[in-house]
Amino acid sequence: MALLARGELRSILQTQLPNVLDSRWDTQATDQVEAHGEGQTVLLDFDAVVKAEAIVEVAHFVRDTFGYDFLSNITAVDYLKQGLIELVYQFYNAAEGGPDLRVRVRIGRSPEECIVPSLTPTWPGADLQEREAYDMYGVVFPGHPNLARIYMWDEFKGFPMRKDFPKTGDKYTHVTGE
Amino acid sequence: MSDLQTQMDLEQQGVLFTTINKLYNWGRRSSVWPMQFGLACCAIEMIAAAASRYDISRFGSELFRASPRQADVMIVAGTVTKKMVPQVVRLFNQMPEPRYVISMGACATSGGPFRDGYNVVRGVDLYVPVDVYIPGCPPRPEALLHSLMTLQAQIDVQALQQVRWYGDDEGVVNEFPIPVFGAEGLEVAGIPGTADPVGGTPKMPPFVSPALGGKGERDASIKALEGNQPKPMLRAGTVTIEEVGHGIAG
Repeated sequence: MALLARGELRSILQTQLPNVLDSRWDTQATDQVEAHGEGQTVLLDFDAVVKAEAIVEVAHFVRDTFGYDFLSNITAVDYLKQGLIELVYQFYNAAEGGPDLRVRVRIGRSPEECIVPSLTPTWPGADLQEREAYDMYGVVFPGHPNLARIYMWDEFKGFPMRKDFPKTGDKYTHVTGE
Repeated sequence: MSDLQTQMDLEQQGVLFTTINKLYNWGRRSSVWPMQFGLACCAIEMIAAAASRYDISRFGSELFRASPRQADVMIVAGTVTKKMVPQVVRLFNQMPEPRYVISMGACATSGGPFRDGYNVVRGVDLYVPVDVYIPGCPPRPEALLHSLMTLQAQIDVQALQQVRWYGDDEGVVNEFPIPVFGAEGLEVAGIPGTADPVGGTPKMPPFVSPALGGKGERDASIKALEGNQPKPMLRAGTVTIEEVGHGIAG
């Protein structure tokens, strides 16, 4: 049980769980290449980027091996230009304290690709956050006990936080009088 | 000696003159009871206006009623989301007449900083007629008190025979349509299609303020421009519930 340094999880996973890392993101960010550049460099990262189907295994691994037992946060990011939805999982070591450990999953935006296994069976606290990612970004979580919309009404179709969701017009683009 | 002078002289001797209208309006203006109803941070300022420092009871409005059946004014204090607006309209419909609406703050008036978001109504006047608008984000308690005084000034000039809820005028609306949740946004009776689409422009003009003589009709002088139609939802590359979803989950 120990805290991991920034970027350390990636090298640990390479030796201990060789098949979980997403090979598309092998290049680790360095201090020279900041993770806010143009194009693909925006996706360079210090954190481990794992395959979607391996997220449950990795989550259990960091919990059981290093004591990151508290799943503080799940959020989604839409990279429209790169055609990706990124899920960011933040784990916290309740016994040893911070900083938290981030694990990322990058999946395509199409319905066939936008699927990540649910962590709710192990961390019940993931329930509402996975529903939020589903409601706002359209990420589907197989294994979730009740994957319904959480903010929008059930009848609604579409995912408003996606970058290609329309945003049009203004109430006052009318002619008044005449 | 003028009539006013006669009246004041007689009042000094304990004889009071008034008209039914004046007496009636005085009674109503001095007991405008708000509905206890807050939506966002403007409600905090509304609470401050009710507390002792600003003391809304100086104007007879200290009784925040927990039921719309006992309220005279609905202070729409805060951001009205598309998910909340059916309840707002329903509460307004349940208020007995005479009834008034104060739109407090930028969000209730126009959507405020959230007007380009997918989830906020661009002005509560699209759904209920508004008597007084207060600018500010949030307005200070003094501004709320000023809006109350403005409302009292509007009540003062009302003539019993002419107020909209006692006349038998054609076209007086007492019941406002409650929006319904649809696949692309809010649907409103009488407005074809999705009246207030999520991520689009409302297809309906606002209600005319009763202060300007509105009787519950929408402002016909506001015409939608060509091309002011919301874009169709971009579905390419996005997931819909039909395609994936409940079948895969669980």
